[in-house]
Amino acid sequence: MYKLLLCWRYLRTRWIALVCVASVMLGVATMIVVNAVMAGFSHEMQTRIHGILSDLVFESHSLSGFQDPRWHMDEIGRAAGADIAGMTPTVAVPAMLSFQVRGQWLTRQVMFIGIDESTHSLVSDFGHYLQHPENRRQLSFQLRDGGYDTFDSQADGEAGEGGPTRPAMAGAGWPHRRMRVAREKLWREKAARAGGQADDDSRPVRPVDQQVDAVLAATSPGVEPAGGDAPRRDPFRAARPEEGETMDPAREQFTGIVPGIGLASFRDSDGVDRFLVLPGDDVKITFPTAGTPPKAVSDTFTIVDFYESKMSEYDSNFVFVPIEALQRMRGMIDPQTGVPSCNSIQIRLKPGADLDAVRDRLRKVFPAEMYAISTWRDKQGPLLSAVDMEMAVLNILLFLIIAVAGFGILAIFFMIVVEKTRDIGILKSLGAGSAGIAGIFLGYGLFLGLVGAGVGTALGLAITWNINSIRAGVEWCTGQRVFDPSIYYFFKIPTIVDPFTVAWIVAGAVGIAVAASVLPALRAARLHPVEALRHD
Amino acid sequence: MTDGERGGPDDAILRVRDVRKSYRSGGGMLEVLRGVDFAIAPGGFVAVVGQSGSGKSTLLHLMGLLDAPDAGEVHLDGGRIDDLPAHRRDRIRNTAIGMVFQSYHLLPELDALENVLAPLMVRHGVLDWLRVRGRARERAADLLGRFGLGGRLHHKPRQLSGGEMQRVAIARALVTEPRVLLADEPTGNLDEDSGAGILDTLCELNARDGLSIVLVTHDAAVARRAAGVVRLAAGRVAAA
Repeated sequence: MYKLLLCWRYLRTRWIALVCVASVMLGVATMIVVNAVMAGFSHEMQTRIHGILSDLVFESHSLSGFQDPRWHMDEIGRAAGADIAGMTPTVAVPAMLSFQVRGQWLTRQVMFIGIDESTHSLVSDFGHYLQHPENRRQLSFQLRDGGYDTFDSQADGEAGEGGPTRPAMAGAGWPHRRMRVAREKLWREKAARAGGQADDDSRPVRPVDQQVDAVLAATSPGVEPAGGDAPRRDPFRAARPEEGETMDPAREQFTGIVPGIGLASFRDSDGVDRFLVLPGDDVKITFPTAGTPPKAVSDTFTIVDFYESKMSEYDSNFVFVPIEALQRMRGMIDPQTGVPSCNSIQIRLKPGADLDAVRDRLRKVFPAEMYAISTWRDKQGPLLSAVDMEMAVLNILLFLIIAVAGFGILAIFFMIVVEKTRDIGILKSLGAGSAGIAGIFLGYGLFLGLVGAGVGTALGLAITWNINSIRAGVEWCTGQRVFDPSIYYFFKIPTIVDPFTVAWIVAGAVGIAVAASVLPALRAARLHPVEALRHD
Repeated sequence: MTDGERGGPDDAILRVRDVRKSYRSGGGMLEVLRGVDFAIAPGGFVAVVGQSGSGKSTLLHLMGLLDAPDAGEVHLDGGRIDDLPAHRRDRIRNTAIGMVFQSYHLLPELDALENVLAPLMVRHGVLDWLRVRGRARERAADLLGRFGLGGRLHHKPRQLSGGEMQRVAIARALVTEPRVLLADEPTGNLDEDSGAGILDTLCELNARDGLSIVLVTHDAAVARRAAGVVRLAAGRVAAA
């Protein structure tokens, strides 16, 4: 009993001990905040990666792919049907995307991905990342009649605050397309009047709004675009009878595509997104055919929406297109049987299914020489393990802070043991054993550790839960931008408090506090009672 | 001098037999006790006198199990105790022996009542303590009341005078109902009046309660209050 009483009295009367408490507290608070933010970032990244990639990806090594995805899906279903929630075939090929901005052609290297619009959202959160609310509900490769978001729909809480961050998207869709067509028509007419040969590909864009309005009103069906327009050059024209021999770009569209938003826009330092092209604009894509050797072919496509996963690697690399169109254009449909090919099947598993186990079961069924079967974690292995390692290293470094606090405890405790030598002698003369004396100092260390860790946890959680207000406050005070949304693509600092991690941190801090008090406690326990009593 | 003081009777409570003790001092060994026999009978009151450095405090420490003899034996109620394992010696110190020191040795963080309760707290674990706390506090308060400190139960040692502190220390030594009280120069730091008061208290405890007391002092006047006197000189018992 005396141990408890004396621990308590020493805690109350030795203010120097509070220095130890403060250092333990700061260490614990820092670790909790850093872990929460790192876990938030990591989780955000994983969610995004996982949202884009399905649980399992079944791929062919060959760019030409494998025949008959239906048969493959049936086989996969037979091997692991119980764990599978959905499957969809895709075709992915490297390609080049070209579009014109202010008279200048920009070309980007992209991954051109054919997806099945009806089933693709079964296997990933693809739809969630689109910019038109209707497309988020059900994807369509038809251009919408306006209504695209003018703010980041994923920036919850701050959406629309301080005005739209994407004002350009207000006119996107058919209105933008009609406006553009009318403007181009006007230039061609002006050029024709000037006697020069119309060459709209190199003509700089100038606002001519009033004249455009007039032409817009006059636009009528059947007006054929001037010579040299894209549809004329389309080598697959014959394969698309539904589009007719001629088309009116003001009323019709080419095959719809959904490019990543990073391909078409950039974010300035005010957090406003500036667009190079908009839904409604036409772009050209060059991609290889399925034959050997592959030949490059081009076609014109109409942007119908943007894809924004917030993973810049994907947002500036992916272009989605309806799978049948891509299969047709690449010659992946057997002309005799009409059986298509594809080069990967995306599989979503039921919640709780063991990813690796299903992958291994499929690997047994399908030969590794022909097919690559990987989980989304395998696909992003290096990135995810790099993040894990960063977290581990950071934790070790931060834990050293608490270890430093431990040395503080050690030093201060030695001081207290020296100061209390006579008291220790008194207690021994009253019959207290060495273990009991050691217990006072171990208990004292435990108290300090618990108080420090407790207050530190409270502080850490308070900072974590209010980190965005704190960020705003710091930005307001210093005028410096602490968290730049143009770098991170998040509007808020994401945080996740994992109770298990917090428990580990607290246990570690308390453990260090107790460990640091072991040496002083042993020294106290070994004091000779007679010498201790004589100590002044 | 009676047999009781010379270690004669068989019913001695505490007895030391031919104990020797030396300390390392500078380069060589300083022999403090060179074979001392001593015993205290039940209800006895013996003063151990001698000059500074004659080994009287060392003898008291050996009897109180605060230190172990180099040779010789210490017996309590006929059983040898100096060779017991540490936890049993701790237990004996806690239950059978009460000690009072020249400089009081109260714990500064605790008030008078808590200081008196300290040996009982050492004896009982937390749960045990909750059970016996009421009785223990009552007994400690009684003791302090008996020594005229009823109104100072919650004063810290620094708020008490020397005489009061020594009375608290005596109460602390008695709260465990020990078989014997070992007092090491209990009046050494006190003025004459306070010292006389403390001696009166000890005499009364011996006379009324039959408490066995060993009193170490260098002051012949103090020693005269005891029933018997043992003189130590050069590490041996000298003729009184």
